[in-house]
Amino acid sequence: MRTNAKALTGVIMLVVFVLLAVIGPWIAPFDPSMRSNALLQPPSSMHWFGTTHLGQDIFSQVLAGTRSVVFVGAVAGVVATVLSVLVGITAGYLSGTASEGLSALSNVFLVIPALPLIIIITSSLPETSNLTIALVIGLTSWAWNARVLRAQTLSLRRRDYVEAARANGESTWRIILFEILPNLYAVIASGFVGTVLFAVISEITLAFIGVSDAGGWNWGTVLYWAQSQQALAQGAWWWFVPAGLAIALLGTSLSLVNFGIDEYVNPRLRTRFSMRGVRMRVGFTPVLAKETS
Amino acid sequence: MSYLLKRLAFYLLTAWAAVTINFFVPRMIPGDPVQALITKQRGQMTSEAVRSLYVLFGLDKNESLASQYFSYLGQLLRGDLGMSFTFFPSPVSDVISDGLPWTVGLVGITTVIGFLLGTAAGAVVGWRRGTWADSLIPVTTFVSSIPYFWLGLVAIAVLTGPGSFFPASGAYEIGLVPNWDWQFIGSTVQHGLLPGFTILVSSVSGWILSMRNMMVTVSSDDYVTVAHAKGLPERRVMLAYAARNALLPNVSGFALALGFIVGGTLLVEIVFSYPGLGLQLFQAVGAKDYPLLQGIFLVITLSVLLANLLADVAYLALDPRTRREA
Repeated sequence: MRTNAKALTGVIMLVVFVLLAVIGPWIAPFDPSMRSNALLQPPSSMHWFGTTHLGQDIFSQVLAGTRSVVFVGAVAGVVATVLSVLVGITAGYLSGTASEGLSALSNVFLVIPALPLIIIITSSLPETSNLTIALVIGLTSWAWNARVLRAQTLSLRRRDYVEAARANGESTWRIILFEILPNLYAVIASGFVGTVLFAVISEITLAFIGVSDAGGWNWGTVLYWAQSQQALAQGAWWWFVPAGLAIALLGTSLSLVNFGIDEYVNPRLRTRFSMRGVRMRVGFTPVLAKETS
Repeated sequence: MSYLLKRLAFYLLTAWAAVTINFFVPRMIPGDPVQALITKQRGQMTSEAVRSLYVLFGLDKNESLASQYFSYLGQLLRGDLGMSFTFFPSPVSDVISDGLPWTVGLVGITTVIGFLLGTAAGAVVGWRRGTWADSLIPVTTFVSSIPYFWLGLVAIAVLTGPGSFFPASGAYEIGLVPNWDWQFIGSTVQHGLLPGFTILVSSVSGWILSMRNMMVTVSSDDYVTVAHAKGLPERRVMLAYAARNALLPNVSGFALALGFIVGGTLLVEIVFSYPGLGLQLFQAVGAKDYPLLQGIFLVITLSVLLANLLADVAYLALDPRTRREA
């Protein structure tokens, strides 16, 4: 079997991040909020990523912040995925007003700009914690996956094997759970990964504008302090570069996993290695195209 | 025509949903934010302004929820979004109309350029699958995972500073009065280049990826093979056959992605202190200026709906099927 190098790289990177989320706060060399006399120091052997204007260790802040980022991403991803499966499959399998209504609901949520919506909700909440932020993000970002799942379900429910199951007198629930759902696993997984990425970026963005878990650290709060203390004007590049790179690496690992899933679902997207170096006219392989479609 | 009417009805539904969300969200705010403001301003507020804020926050306990809702709708229809707490005593509508042109100019121009550039690049990369062009994919993946605002921070750190051509903040030279002379326009362009470029770099990679995937899918379709077999020039097959059809999902994707892009670009404004809605949103969050927050949310949503309508018109022009069904 051909291993998918892209997806494997993504999974390995992801495992490292999850591991850091679990042990990060314990292996951090310093308390991330602890002040010291080493004010605004560039990276050194003592402080790997330098220090803040209060002498806090940025390496520890980034390490400790991983937990909140992974937590919010995972919780929001699970909430949004469960909602999108419920809404998407129901809207796709049923017909008539209920289906139209659910589909209109997901389209409304798709068109309303998510980030401003998340901002007004979280800043009006009595208290913001990682959990409430994750829930708000999860409850507002299920619509895209619901739409994809609805389209897939629509195309599955008229297939012969589903018709056969229906003719056999299987209950609707059994058909949905055992005939339709297994064919949607890849789509659901890819939707989950995409939502986690969106949730992570949203959480960091929220923290960057000052809406975050009180007292906790995440990569966005690091950037918030860097911005509000004029790190740029003081030339303190070490203050915002590590957190940004961490975001980009986590994002890349999620995208790589998603590429793997996409190529699994749609074999046409796979790069054919035999084509490397030879400039061939795309589409001149009718026999192969027959096989894959 | 019925296609457009259907879309229009959907946008009206969405606008109503946004208004309704806006009605219910402030009812979660603990305490009495209006009282806090009145105390702060020590009686400088007119009773009419106080009344409109109470309608906005639903603190008028004597009214039922339904009648609160209708007085809220009536207030919105008159264009009354309440008083801004931070820019007191300016009404929210005045504050927003100061910021809106800057945001529409910056975001509008860069989003359209980003879409066109990304789609063109994606078409080429998708057509040349399996060649050097594929090595662009990991790069674009990495870039599209970076939050817009962080890229802006890096751009400021690297490209601005004493003696640099690029200013680090603002939308025009301090001291200039906004008008239509060349000095002001030049200064505006100079200030807009860096934030615009940041948005462009972040948004373009998404379009490249989606167009590339559509191109790859389309280019193994039978009609493309037939076009090749007829001996049509490569360029013509790529542009008039493959790209023409791969473009359609990208255009409908444009409408859906707009909400995400707008969210990201608001943050770029914050980083560059660009005086648009994003910066105002930032100030409103910091000062707990709820009326301004809600007003900005409403205006952004309505603008996105309008842009979606325009994208629909473009789709109508590109896809003859939607016209025939009508």
